[in-house]
Amino acid sequence: MWGIIRQKVAAGGGSPVARIRPVVSNLRNYSSAVKQMMVREALNSALDEEMSADPKVFLMGEEVGEYQGAYKISKGLLEKYGPERVLDTPITEAGFTGIGVGAAYYGLKPVVEFMTFNFSMQAIDHIINSAAKSNYMSSGQISVPIVFRGPNGAAAGVGAQHSHCYAAWYASVPGLKVLSPYSSEDARGLLKAAIRDPDPVVFLENELLYGESFPVSAEVLDSSFCLPIGKAKIEREGKDVTITAFSKIVGLSLKAAEILAKEGISAEVINLRSIRPLDRSTINASVRKTNRLVTVEEGFPQHGVGAEICASVIEESFGYLDAPVERIAGADVPMPYAANLERMAVPQVLCFLYDSSIDGCYKFLVY
Amino acid sequence: MAQCLRQRVGLLRILSGQSCSSPSTIIFPLQQYNSSSLPSKTLFSPGRSESTVASNQLDSLSSSDSDDDHHQVLDFPGGKVGYTSEMRFIPESSEKRVPCFRVLDDNGELIKGSDFQQVSKEVAVKMYSHMVTLQVMDSVLYEAQRQGRFSFYLTTIGEEAINIGSAAALSADDFILPQYREPGVLLWRGYTLQQFANQVFANKADDGKGRQMPIHYGSKKLNYITISSPIATQLPQAVGVAYSLKMEKKDACAVAYTGDGGTSEGDFHAALNFAAVMEAPVVFICRNNGWAISTNISEQFRSDGIVVKGRAYGIRSIRVDGNDALAVYTAVQAAREMAISEKRPVLVEALTYRVGHHSTSDDSTKYRTLDEIEYWKTERSPINRFRNWVERQGWWSEQEETELRSSIKKQLLQAIQVAEKTEKPAITELFSDVYDVPPSNLAEQEKQLKEIIQTYPQDYPTDVPV
Repeated sequence: MWGIIRQKVAAGGGSPVARIRPVVSNLRNYSSAVKQMMVREALNSALDEEMSADPKVFLMGEEVGEYQGAYKISKGLLEKYGPERVLDTPITEAGFTGIGVGAAYYGLKPVVEFMTFNFSMQAIDHIINSAAKSNYMSSGQISVPIVFRGPNGAAAGVGAQHSHCYAAWYASVPGLKVLSPYSSEDARGLLKAAIRDPDPVVFLENELLYGESFPVSAEVLDSSFCLPIGKAKIEREGKDVTITAFSKIVGLSLKAAEILAKEGISAEVINLRSIRPLDRSTINASVRKTNRLVTVEEGFPQHGVGAEICASVIEESFGYLDAPVERIAGADVPMPYAANLERMAVPQVLCFLYDSSIDGCYKFLVY
Repeated sequence: MAQCLRQRVGLLRILSGQSCSSPSTIIFPLQQYNSSSLPSKTLFSPGRSESTVASNQLDSLSSSDSDDDHHQVLDFPGGKVGYTSEMRFIPESSEKRVPCFRVLDDNGELIKGSDFQQVSKEVAVKMYSHMVTLQVMDSVLYEAQRQGRFSFYLTTIGEEAINIGSAAALSADDFILPQYREPGVLLWRGYTLQQFANQVFANKADDGKGRQMPIHYGSKKLNYITISSPIATQLPQAVGVAYSLKMEKKDACAVAYTGDGGTSEGDFHAALNFAAVMEAPVVFICRNNGWAISTNISEQFRSDGIVVKGRAYGIRSIRVDGNDALAVYTAVQAAREMAISEKRPVLVEALTYRVGHHSTSDDSTKYRTLDEIEYWKTERSPINRFRNWVERQGWWSEQEETELRSSIKKQLLQAIQVAEKTEKPAITELFSDVYDVPPSNLAEQEKQLKEIIQTYPQDYPTDVPV
């Protein structure tokens, strides 16, 4: 169903972003009264509103200003807030991350953009040793209200150094909060929460989601909208198996759930939203209901997010499991470039194969 | 040309890596090629080889752009650049090293005609007594560590003039981001000997709640950021702080300290480059003390120290005698003024010598001679030099010296005793400050731990508060 919708960014000082463009429906049904919003716009509007509400918030990164953002997430912000609040930085991740942390030490609220989290490796010392640990090491004297954001994980045809998922890396560090949105609602609510949070937050977006549209309610569009950090969302209720996912994989999991439904299996899909702190209670409550767990992620399998979730479930809900926990992750290889190889290296469409030989265990095949 | 500097630094070994006087400073490289690879110098004239034709062509190409200017000039991104047909490489080092600003001579006599900032008796005596306090504190705490009373220490011996001279030149609002050899700045601002002792013993009274290893002190109240071990990370952070200060239009600057070794880090480059681009009011003070653990400066860089690097970033820089407290005071005060009023970064390189070992984990006699250390400890002592000047002003005496030293020592021994006896931080401090609000998993673990302690008190050490 095609429709033309004019969209406006919510009030709160923002200039109306009028867009006239075709809207593509996804699998869900929606009424014509509900607005559609691209993840890109969701992020842009969240930044705009938070910058408008708090003069201490400022944005810095490569190409965020004049270029309107490498992925256009900061479109229009330079024009609106000026070069003092939207800083185009030289090419030095270590440099501008350090500068952002220093500004946060002194009381500003920087939002530092990495063109991709792959480049955050050049700045990871500042993220971990200067930001994450500071509040603890200084016994609460130095707080670091900073947000590090940017695309994370696999894109399409960009090879090994542009496709790495860093969720597990950052989520292992006490002192950081790690969020990963899926829908536009997630993007808006979580980014606003991240900017308002006094702790350092790593905000993992996904390049392929930027252009995807999701329905957003009036509540989501309101400038005071905010999602709690540390709460997962049950995107689809079910009773036979729990699937946990975050970011782009949530979309995949929902598609898989549709396919499973046709096979008569009701899957519960949990959108983690928050990798650290992990919403263990929601996950465990779900597994206690369904008795089966499958964790899905794009990143490498060893020490991944799924590993932590499995351990948590085994520790807290062992008696409720009817089958061993299953992890689905990206292939344990640096991401290849060739399209056919790349396809094989990340979870694509989940397909179900019932394997009666394993005592009723639902086995997933990934292809 | 490098003679006076050689004397100042004292030993040739330190200069051995510098190529100040080599023939490579010659402007015409073709002569070099000639002397090494070709039979006769006279066969080639330097600079202009065959093509007078070619150079004519070049001239005619560019003259169309700017007809009023008979020197060819072309617009490149970044500004107009003059042309030359003479092929010249900028030499890797100047014939003369950048001179070192000082105000007091080796004996502490004021050099006639010096540019210097006059200090009152009160300030001078305060400066001197703080230098002495720093020295005594370092000596006593170093010994305490050797006795096994705490795990680690590092001293600032030999660099008291940089610490106190710079601290005295700054205002209380200036935000300090040190490396780790600048406790004198904290001392100047009012951190007490007891507080220092509490930090190294990591007891309950420590402002840092025992979270950090010794010498990693800090004080938000005194605008001195908690010390962080990775080298040079404070440099780009200082630029961020300076940016915040600029945005708030405060009459203050950020001051970042680093050693000579720290200038090799990528963060040094990023920080200086950025500070210039962002026009941030930050003063970078580099303590060039000749050694980075066992790495001598000739193995650290091949430039004329750090002062020449400033220009590469478009930053105003000065080289100052780090063992001359008055020179450091004057230079830092001027640098601060420029940084704040002109909203620009300034680089101050202070030449000095690390008299002590790198830390208690180091024995520097393994890589440098005892003579060298002794020379800098005695004949080049910044404290003796400043003392001579203060005494000559009639502001200090032998008696006051004795009284001061014994008083500080007594206070320190007392502080150590108290700190050692004070309880360690309570177990609850293990779990706090990870985040702004304690997360549920840690709250739960703390509760569980307390329950276990209550259930099995005999297995829990008696000297650790719960």
